[in-house]
Amino acid sequence: MHEFALMQTVLKLVEEKAQAHGLVRVTRVKLVVGKMTMALPAALELAFDALGRGTVAEGATLEIEEREVRLACPACGLEFSPELPHLGCPRCGETAPRLVQGRELYLDYFEGEDAG
Amino acid sequence: MKVFVVEDLRAANEEMARENRRLLERYGLVVVNLIGGPGSGKTTLLEKSIAMLGDRLRFGIIEGDIYTTRDAARLEKLGVEVVQLNTAGACHLDAAMVGKALPELPLASVDLVVVENVGNLVCPAEFDLGEDLKVAVLSVTEGSDKPAKYPLVFHEAKACVLTKLDLLPYTDFDLEAVRGELAALNPALEVFPVSARTGEGMGAWCQWLLRQVPRKRQPASGC
Repeated sequence: MHEFALMQTVLKLVEEKAQAHGLVRVTRVKLVVGKMTMALPAALELAFDALGRGTVAEGATLEIEEREVRLACPACGLEFSPELPHLGCPRCGETAPRLVQGRELYLDYFEGEDAG
Repeated sequence: MKVFVVEDLRAANEEMARENRRLLERYGLVVVNLIGGPGSGKTTLLEKSIAMLGDRLRFGIIEGDIYTTRDAARLEKLGVEVVQLNTAGACHLDAAMVGKALPELPLASVDLVVVENVGNLVCPAEFDLGEDLKVAVLSVTEGSDKPAKYPLVFHEAKACVLTKLDLLPYTDFDLEAVRGELAALNPALEVFPVSARTGEGMGAWCQWLLRQVPRKRQPASGC
């Protein structure tokens, strides 16, 4: 549900940086979204289409790279994908593993064309 | 042309959250961010907590709501300081909104700030408001599956209040199974099963809340 707020930020960043680079049309926008953020790709796409109208990114392709949740055990060193709700280490039972992947939420890059 | 940005979409919010923290540190204030679904009993829990602790703690409340001022009106009746934030459709509070509300509270003369977030178990977990701790509110009528379905808020919270305990016999809610799942998600999580209606469990919750208030703000009489 917070995908619209996140996409507003994406489009603001794209507008600013496209202008700074003299780009008049953006053709591709690439996001990285960790599954722990609970931002849904389908809702992000809907927000991109709705909010992108009339902006430099109208009609651009949105690429979303999803990242699985990965945890690392501080006790035995095992890196694993948890099966929710169990976040404990499946090998040694350590209860507080460190999150190494899954909270990503960033604009990676975009591609565009200049006026020429 | 390819333009690499690699910028976190939460960066602007996190900068505002840091500003809120700086302001709160000046006053030595702790902020609790109360997160739970619509109808989970957040406002009722606050009402009862204020009734039980109001003579020992001066509460400052920031009430998040999409459109109405109903919850704020309920709390104002108890004589506490309340600031209403209407998000006009947005599903969560963000740090900028809370940054506008904080100076509206008499920060020098409250002991604890509680932010009641918009009723939602998903989005508020992702937006840092500058709070010191998150408290998840889950009612037994919502079902046992919620921690597994919405793990982030329970993973990030310092405490979880399981509300409407008086209704437990009428539901399929499995209290022990939920305790187990919460412990798996967050071993340090403090869990408080309560009924605001009967008062069951409210004492333990209120004592814990009182302990979160920094010592210099603690009332001399203790609890």
